[in-house]
Amino acid sequence: MGDAECGGLPIAASRVDVVRGETQVLSAVDVSIECGVRTFILGENGSGKSTLLRVLHGLVAPTRGSITWGGSGLRPPRQAMVFQRPVLLRRSAAANIRHALKLAGVRGANSDRCIENALERVGLASLANRAARVLSGGEQQRLALARAWALVPEVLFLDEPTASLDPPSARAVEAIIRDIHALGTTIVMTTHHLPQAKRLADSVVLLHAGRIAEHTPAAQFFNEPRSAYGRAFLEGERL
Amino acid sequence: MIKRVAKFASALGVLLIAGMAFAQPPFIVVASTTSTEQSGLFPHLLPAFEKDTGINVRVVAVGTGQALDIGRRGDADVVFVHDKVAEQKWLADGEGVKRYPVMYDDFILIGPESDPAHVKGGHDITAALKAIGEAKAPFVSRADKSGTHAAELRLWKDAGVAIATAKGPWYRETGSGMGPALNTASGLDAYILADRGTWLNFKNRGHLQIVVEGDKRLFNQYGVMLVNPDKHPSVKKDLGQKFIDWLISPRGQAVIADYKIDGQQLFFPNAGTDS
Amino acid sequence: MNTIAESLSVALAMVMHLDPRVTAIVALSLGVSLTSTLCSAAIGLPLGAAVAIGRFPGRDALIVALNSAMGLPPVVVGLVVYLLLSRAGPLGPLGILFTPQAMVIAQTVLIVPLVAALTRQIVDDAWVEYREQLQSLESSWLQSTLTLLWDTRWSLLTVLLAAFGRAASEVGAVIIVGGNIDGVTRVMTTAIALETSKGDLPLALGLGIVLITLVLALNVGAHVTRHWARARLG
Repeated sequence: MGDAECGGLPIAASRVDVVRGETQVLSAVDVSIECGVRTFILGENGSGKSTLLRVLHGLVAPTRGSITWGGSGLRPPRQAMVFQRPVLLRRSAAANIRHALKLAGVRGANSDRCIENALERVGLASLANRAARVLSGGEQQRLALARAWALVPEVLFLDEPTASLDPPSARAVEAIIRDIHALGTTIVMTTHHLPQAKRLADSVVLLHAGRIAEHTPAAQFFNEPRSAYGRAFLEGERL
Repeated sequence: MIKRVAKFASALGVLLIAGMAFAQPPFIVVASTTSTEQSGLFPHLLPAFEKDTGINVRVVAVGTGQALDIGRRGDADVVFVHDKVAEQKWLADGEGVKRYPVMYDDFILIGPESDPAHVKGGHDITAALKAIGEAKAPFVSRADKSGTHAAELRLWKDAGVAIATAKGPWYRETGSGMGPALNTASGLDAYILADRGTWLNFKNRGHLQIVVEGDKRLFNQYGVMLVNPDKHPSVKKDLGQKFIDWLISPRGQAVIADYKIDGQQLFFPNAGTDS
Repeated sequence: MNTIAESLSVALAMVMHLDPRVTAIVALSLGVSLTSTLCSAAIGLPLGAAVAIGRFPGRDALIVALNSAMGLPPVVVGLVVYLLLSRAGPLGPLGILFTPQAMVIAQTVLIVPLVAALTRQIVDDAWVEYREQLQSLESSWLQSTLTLLWDTRWSLLTVLLAAFGRAASEVGAVIIVGGNIDGVTRVMTTAIALETSKGDLPLALGLGIVLITLVLALNVGAHVTRHWARARLG
């Protein structure tokens, strides 16, 4: 495991529409994710946060518009995603990471080293051979992060990763996210928890009914949002 | 893990195929009738043949119609049934080589204790059937193109009963072998035409008993034929002919005569006669 | 009631004395049905998983066809396989009609739809849960199929037990393609049919009790194995 680079960045979404059935989930979204910038996507329920995250990761194709990664229309390798509820296989913790590494083409002794390292960094080294599904919620999410980290991703996408966790586990996860970023991985994350965003974000993308209300550096956003909706949004939360 | 599964699967495949090529003693497939099997003749007859010749006999026991069909398809080497008319037609169609009479047994009319058609004790089968038709007493027919069924239809005709039109709810066609038909007759307290061999071995009689026997028209002739090797090159003609030759030989005929149930001889060898 | 009591004592006697003819019939039944279950697993598990994950035109029609084929009547399957394997049929030269191999083939044809259709449903449900994560990890279609098959292995074990049960209990297919030949293709179900048709009901029912006990024993074994393995490996 070493430092990540930025070959697949910036991620540029241009005039992206996403339509599902009758519903327009995203409209005319223009956004650019820059290398090394911890970008947080905020918004109400149903504003399209999760969908935008998935478009940026390449899991959802835009109905209209385009998305490029480092100038290429092909989704690059070495991007990882962590979901609100961790999706783990019915095997041991170590085996879960091994599975991900195998898909990325890493096997054998290399793989073993990466696994050891990753589990160490998230504090799960003693649970390497435990069945992943019997771990606690917090441990499972840390395992999901370890799995993502072992891939040395350029970009790590996270969809409300601490929403189902108790405060101590949530703090542990936040610490891991900080560590991953410190090694050079770009973070793109959604959250409902504004204090969390305040703690971790470099840049905020605010969504309102499928459109971008604003895209502002975090410090500025939490002090003085540029848009009227941004002000209303923070206002509403403060109440 | 996938490699292990693949290895196991291929080992299994080899076993399956090897099973097909497994070194076995020489054998023939004989298509015969359910009556022959259910009378218990084969477990008595075949070990003697195997001892004398070392040839294993695999009997597929189905109705006469189906047995002849199996021969027609070339899936058997020898056919051993009891319907002379059907056998001769089969030969005429070029399906077989030659018909050899082997033995005969007889049919008997079985009926319930209550005997609604009052036929018990008689020795005239046609009179009995006529009475049953008139009384519309329950009667079970195999209705399965077997030798027994063919005989039954001939006897209705001889009795002057046009069974195709005369049949009503009293005439139950089961489309099955002798045993299942007897089970049905037992359950319904009905009359039924059966071969003596199956009846003697049949254990679920309920209220049934023999009501008519001894009529010459109930005589049931068995014939054996080799399936035509010109039509079906896979037929084991030498082994099959050995079986036929053994059946009509004094030794085979003696073994047949030797078969008894409760001290009663069931089959009467008559090879070499014109039957 | 009498018949049942009689059958129980007949069944017990058969087991105690280990009558060689009965043992041979039992061994053949188990051999044929276990082999056909394994073959159907080799075909049906990947097929079901592939249909679950794949997206192609006609997928819905295929799913309906598989589900319907679960209800194929054994006699019909037997008849079709018979026509294929008969000397007069396309596979005649193989010469495997009236052999245990033919019985394995017929039973496999019978239970493959069962295995495939149920696997399809199980993997489909799992795919809903795993799809995004596997796509994020750039798992190929083939890799995802194998991953999901392994991950749902306990549910799939139940599917295979169901398939075995269906194979071991059917008589229509094996009696037509096997011919119920004494010592060669006579299995428990065809032996029961034969004894019933000979009117020997206690013996038939006794054999039935032995058959049911065997299937029960197999299922108990599978259940215990599953518990043990689950505790160890999750």
